[in-house]
Amino acid sequence: MRDGRTMSWRSPLALVRDALHGQRARERELRSLVSNLPYEGLGKGKLPNRFFSSNTIKTTKYSLLTFIPINLFEQFHRLANIYFVGLAILNFIPVVNAFQPEVALIPICVILALTALKDAWEDFRRYQSDRKVNNTPCSIYSRREKQFLERRWKDVQVGDFVKVVCNEIVPADLLLLCSSDPNGVCHIETANLDGETNLKQRTVVSGLCTMDRGFEPESFNSIVVCEKPNDNLNHFKCFVEKPNKEKLGAGIESLLLRGCTVRNTDHAVGFVVYAGHETKSMLNNSGSRSKRSKLERKLNIDVFFCVILLFAMCLVGSVGHYIWLESLTGSPPYLTPDSRSNSLASFHMFFTMIILLQILIPISLYLSIELVKIGQIFFIINDVDLYDEETDSRMQCRALNITEDLGQIDYIFSDKTGTLTENKMVFRRCSIMGTEFPHKENAIRLAVLDEPEAEEEIIFNHRLQSAQTGWSLEAEDVTSVDTSRHSRSKVVGMAQSDVAFSSPLETEVIPDQNLVRQISRAESSSRRGGSRRMDPYLDFFLALAICNTVVVSMATARRRRACVSSHSSQTNNPLEILSNLVKKASSFIQRKSTRIRTQSQDPVIDSVRMESTADTNGVSQSDRPAAAAAGSEDLYYEAESPDEAALVYAARAYGFVLLARTPNNVAVRLPSGQVLDFEVLDTLTFDSNRKRMSVLVRHPITKECVLYTKGADYAIMELLGTPYAEHLSENQKNIASDTQHHLDSYAKEGLRTLCIAKKVVSEDVYRSWLVNRKSALAAIDNKEELVMDTAVQMETNLTLLGATGIEDRLQESVPDTTVALREAGIHVWVLTGDKPETAVNIGYACRLLEEEDLLINMSCKNKVTCTSSLDCNLEEVRRYDEDLLNVDTMPSISLVIDGHTLTMALSPDLRDRFVDLAKRCRTVLCCRVTPLQKSEVVKLIREKLKVMTLAVGDGANDVNMIQAADVGVGISGQEGMQAVMASDFAISRFKHLKKLLLVHGHWCYTRLANMIIYFFYKNVAYVNLLFWYQFYCGFTGTAMIDYWLMIFFNLFFTSTPPIMFGIFDKDVSAEVLLGVPELYRTGQGKGEYNFLTFWISILDAFYQSLVCFFVPYWAYKDSDVDIFTFGTPMNTVSLFTILLHLSIEIKSWTVVHWIIMLGSVGLYFGVTLFYSAICVTCNPPSNPYWIFESQMGDPMFYLICTISTVVALLPRYTFHVLKNSISPSPLLQGRELDRMDPSTRDQWIREWRGFRGGGGGQVKRYQQSTPPSPTQETPVDFLPEFLNDDEIPDDDFSLNVTTHQSPVLT
Amino acid sequence: MASSYKDEDGHISVKKPENTAFKQQRLPAWQPVLTAGTVLPAFFIIGLIFIPIGIGLYVTSNNIKEFEIDYTGLDPSSPCFNCSQNFSWNSTKPCTCSIPFYLEQPYESNVFMYYGLSNFYQNHRRYVKSRDDSQLNGNEESLRKPSKECEPYARHDNRPIAPCGAIANSMFNDTLELFYSDPNGTKTQIPLTATGIAWWTDKHVKFRNPGGNNDNLTAAFQGTTKPINWRRPAYELDSDPENNGFINEDFIVWMRTAALPTFRKLYRIIQRRNTMVPTLPRGNYTLEVVYNYPVRSFDGRKRMIFSTISWMGGKNPFLGIAYITVGSVCFLLGVILLFIHHKYDNRNNNPDISSN
Repeated sequence: MRDGRTMSWRSPLALVRDALHGQRARERELRSLVSNLPYEGLGKGKLPNRFFSSNTIKTTKYSLLTFIPINLFEQFHRLANIYFVGLAILNFIPVVNAFQPEVALIPICVILALTALKDAWEDFRRYQSDRKVNNTPCSIYSRREKQFLERRWKDVQVGDFVKVVCNEIVPADLLLLCSSDPNGVCHIETANLDGETNLKQRTVVSGLCTMDRGFEPESFNSIVVCEKPNDNLNHFKCFVEKPNKEKLGAGIESLLLRGCTVRNTDHAVGFVVYAGHETKSMLNNSGSRSKRSKLERKLNIDVFFCVILLFAMCLVGSVGHYIWLESLTGSPPYLTPDSRSNSLASFHMFFTMIILLQILIPISLYLSIELVKIGQIFFIINDVDLYDEETDSRMQCRALNITEDLGQIDYIFSDKTGTLTENKMVFRRCSIMGTEFPHKENAIRLAVLDEPEAEEEIIFNHRLQSAQTGWSLEAEDVTSVDTSRHSRSKVVGMAQSDVAFSSPLETEVIPDQNLVRQISRAESSSRRGGSRRMDPYLDFFLALAICNTVVVSMATARRRRACVSSHSSQTNNPLEILSNLVKKASSFIQRKSTRIRTQSQDPVIDSVRMESTADTNGVSQSDRPAAAAAGSEDLYYEAESPDEAALVYAARAYGFVLLARTPNNVAVRLPSGQVLDFEVLDTLTFDSNRKRMSVLVRHPITKECVLYTKGADYAIMELLGTPYAEHLSENQKNIASDTQHHLDSYAKEGLRTLCIAKKVVSEDVYRSWLVNRKSALAAIDNKEELVMDTAVQMETNLTLLGATGIEDRLQESVPDTTVALREAGIHVWVLTGDKPETAVNIGYACRLLEEEDLLINMSCKNKVTCTSSLDCNLEEVRRYDEDLLNVDTMPSISLVIDGHTLTMALSPDLRDRFVDLAKRCRTVLCCRVTPLQKSEVVKLIREKLKVMTLAVGDGANDVNMIQAADVGVGISGQEGMQAVMASDFAISRFKHLKKLLLVHGHWCYTRLANMIIYFFYKNVAYVNLLFWYQFYCGFTGTAMIDYWLMIFFNLFFTSTPPIMFGIFDKDVSAEVLLGVPELYRTGQGKGEYNFLTFWISILDAFYQSLVCFFVPYWAYKDSDVDIFTFGTPMNTVSLFTILLHLSIEIKSWTVVHWIIMLGSVGLYFGVTLFYSAICVTCNPPSNPYWIFESQMGDPMFYLICTISTVVALLPRYTFHVLKNSISPSPLLQGRELDRMDPSTRDQWIREWRGFRGGGGGQVKRYQQSTPPSPTQETPVDFLPEFLNDDEIPDDDFSLNVTTHQSPVLT
Repeated sequence: MASSYKDEDGHISVKKPENTAFKQQRLPAWQPVLTAGTVLPAFFIIGLIFIPIGIGLYVTSNNIKEFEIDYTGLDPSSPCFNCSQNFSWNSTKPCTCSIPFYLEQPYESNVFMYYGLSNFYQNHRRYVKSRDDSQLNGNEESLRKPSKECEPYARHDNRPIAPCGAIANSMFNDTLELFYSDPNGTKTQIPLTATGIAWWTDKHVKFRNPGGNNDNLTAAFQGTTKPINWRRPAYELDSDPENNGFINEDFIVWMRTAALPTFRKLYRIIQRRNTMVPTLPRGNYTLEVVYNYPVRSFDGRKRMIFSTISWMGGKNPFLGIAYITVGSVCFLLGVILLFIHHKYDNRNNNPDISSN
């Protein structure tokens, strides 16, 4: 197209050839790109990169010209629309037409026009945003001007050189060639792209830009070879071929993605690799998803029933017409001469009837449902309760048409990390060289932070209890401890809101005194004993500080940003800023002072008063404040995975401060104040196969190559010393087993474990390895595998340094939410990659498991044991079910299964048994599962049990599961946006699920279900009037209502009330729905829209239409009434009946309801009066002139309308009243609750909870260490678990009480 | 730098949803709960209102006097038997028959005289459409070129039919005359008013003669032909120029197609002249029928009906009975609900939401 326009003078052959070239160039696996500069000004046809798409984006579907044809084409993809157009066409056939052909087109035209209008508006919005984006300024290098000139984004072409400055958004995918940073680093923030707010480093392609001269685009004469565009944001393959054939490999680490923001870098220059729609961000932008909800699937079945009904009615009409014709003896004067035989005429009548009764198939239903869903989504995303202050994100609805599925969920499959937990890692404890350092103070600090500030009483009791048993605190200190902690938790809370970007939770670690002493001893000894051998303690912390990909940023920049974002409205007011600063400073001081006070209560130094600590613990006192003061204020660490940052902060607390990190250098300050500058030789990045990462550095003092590795315990443990296991010293073996012991206990506490190991690499080994490594990095095929292989080669024969336990804190009100979901009848399953111990612990913590539950552990080594254990368990569970059938407080059964066993259980021959077992369990925890298994489990349950499933997760590993479930919910958290991208709904906290499901899900479902039932009813009730009339007009298809009024009736008079009903009706208030989650069960399974309710409403429609027809019929029988005079009261009665029927169904009347209901009635009278008054001959041959007026003047009209309406609605009304009085539904009782005042209501709910014995009224707090440990010895095990409430939440105790068995999992 | 973030911050403040009653779905609402207790009054009120209305309607309907003669003449003993037997639309010789009847009660007020047809499907879809409203509204163009809806009664002998269409073509053309036989034997004809039987709007707005107020209707209808079944052209329907042509009220009444196959149409009004004398005193009457209209082809019946009317129109006991019945049912339901209310409405003291 582009070439054709500019090169119009070229021969057609050349054009075709060019187009083919372009096609081939675009589809080739590898693209060769060269600089545009030598071709500048030559016109587009000469550009070497002309075949690749330009940076202009166009997300609109239509243009002005193509709108109508394309939109119509799209709309006719819908079966319903084709049906109605077919009917309209049928109406043009004279022998069968029922109405004037043109008039019959109106409804379908209105529907099409409304839909088109909606589409056009959406498209226009896209157009506007496109235009805005395309016209964003950017700077492109121009050869003529010898400098970067300001252009628009749309001018960017592949092969251009683009300069981006700090805080600018990258206009296209750029290969980073030059950066103002001396290390060739450019920092970007990909929040626009994937929501990750941490800074990422991009490095320039080495060897192209020299710092001293700066980058000269004109001298760039290399060829950039890159792969075909794809949508993988984390992957890019490319090499730069210099004129001298030297190939420089480059990957995603050198690509600046379109849409990212440049941060902390003054400016950078990049070469445009992909532009416009070929950029990774655009390829990822798939738009909203379209799913069909369960309700809609059911709805389609009912539409099918309607079709059958319609055919039956038409058949009655057709046969009736035949009989009527046969019964005529002569040729009556009212029959126009007709050459058709009776049978042919009745055959034609069938089609006439279809046209006449067409609205039995609700034409506007689909449009109405769409409108209703838009309204529902509007309210969901505007819910202030689903807004997260911290991340400033609203709830997002990505799938627009499954809102009502939220109200029908039976099973929730949840990820653990980041979903149930914060995914904000906090360093808890560590084990170094086989010695455990429990970090008690740190645990206490976290426990304090955990306290909700309001619950003072509980805090007090809790503390009191712990104090009595746990510490050697003097009695009089207890109260002071209490108050001090108290004040601090408040201060911290305040500080947290002030500095949004670094929560003190993660950054602060209170060092373990033993460890501090150990370090100082080690340090002094290493100083004394020369630097040949590093002490393992120092090594451990060096590893923590070095072995990561954390980005160090200066506090000044971050602080400013935090300040601005949290006080956005006040930035222009200097006074405000000043006061904020003062506030912040004071809060900081307070925080620090309380920290010192906490230290004074430490068991080691508790006998010493705060003033006199300096001399006894000189080391710690002198080191720590220095580290805290110098380190914590200036440096902030941003990591791609939160546990990395936690480890770095932990190292900093012990004085090992990571000062700076560049691709080639890491600077660490030791506790002694000495700054070590490590040269980074290589970074073996983390991948999910190896489950570890390593950094190869050269020690500045010893000059040794040291490999620091950290990773999952099993990934490290198997690399220890292998393959030379016998060389492993006895000491080493002991350390390994001790560490493993500690790791297991960490896991039981629900901590995430990481092992830290090191290896000293000899120079020779390194050199030979480096050769392999370089060739692997330059490879373009199989690059990943090769790179991984080299990493595996290096990571062998490691020496274990120690292990860390990181706490991933439960998200706010997770237990509360799971309990509520459980009460709502939803089964919550947890599918996690963690160990069973961790999962069980989390299970207890978030109250998925209760202490009195029966816990089945399934962990089998082979299929035979798996089969027998399944059978055995099933048998037990069945018997258990029977035994306890009559007991009210029956403990529930929970299943814990590991990934290996799950694989076997999911095999075709066992899966039925597994499902049978699983469905009897209240909850199932699947541990160590792969992403694929997650989705398999979801699919299995969804298909076998025919239930509605919801999957919730936050990471890329949850994407499969999210897509497999009926409803996928993504949590936009720490781990990027891949889950969100795949999801139907995106929330920011797990707790939002509660309101989303219990309130919005319930509302959306009830509203839509009732609206759809009502819609069917409405159409049947109205159309049947016409049907009954056929019995009195010889089945000839006459309508006793003017066709315009019929159309108006459906399009205007009765269309808005159901839509309003679907958007605004509120059966039970949010408070009650949240207070009594059991109400959610009304929507589960068949729900309110089922076979029965549908047919009851259809029957009711038949009854009402009979009333609406026959009451006027008998009233006018054998009178001089004419057709339209006869039809007018019927129309009016129908209107009243239909609207009043709706008002019986409406549960709460707001202003909106009144306006729309009264408006509809007003509109009916207004339009009908007006139409009857002006239309003397305007609508031949039908003529309603003055009929409505004359009826309005007749008292009979009112009498007929009144009695018909009353008789028509009496059964439904009475039925409702009787049902509500005699056996009220749970929902009605919920509404009764609504009428109480809030305090009475709360009390009522509490009483009721107690009455039911569920004990779910108050949610027990998350207690880290109390959950009992599941034994792993026997694969089949029933463990009635008891939680000792007196047990103190102290780590030492939990270690003692847990009986430890060796883990089965390998 | 701060200013460069400002845009983003502006965005931030927008992101938080507004905490308004509308957006948070907390608009003040009326939440009626339909239980026995709350709706009891409604049932009683409906009962109390409907029963008197019903009684009133019933009494009114009963006060309406109605008298009906079937003069179809299917029975060989009937005076019109002969007329009904040999019939065609185009017979030139009118067939007359007279039916004597005895009116048992006097009619005091104005008496409306109807003709009634049964089994005549004036609501047949094609029949209903077969007219041209703009022709009837006096439109010259439609007069010359009747709409295609009138087919096959649009043209005859290459001339447009006025009025066109099946409805007009099948117009009722019996003539009914009423004679009162005095006890002393003299027969006096009772004067029947032929105007005022159509709707005012029909006569003055919807129906117009072609050529406006032209007195010469014959000229206005020049070039058209009469409907095939008619004996006289439209401009000869009545001698009174205010009741001739398209605005002939018999014609207008016929053109208002009946809703049901058994219908009556207003034929004449017998005006009450003298307050002292009943409009129709008790006694013997004779109905003289010029029997033109064929009904045998559709097994139809022809009737002549006298009726007085009230504010609720003609005699119809249905509504009265319906109101009384519904009122009683509501009252009864009210009583039942009262019982239920006392028995079941103690829920609030017994908290139990069944879980399913």
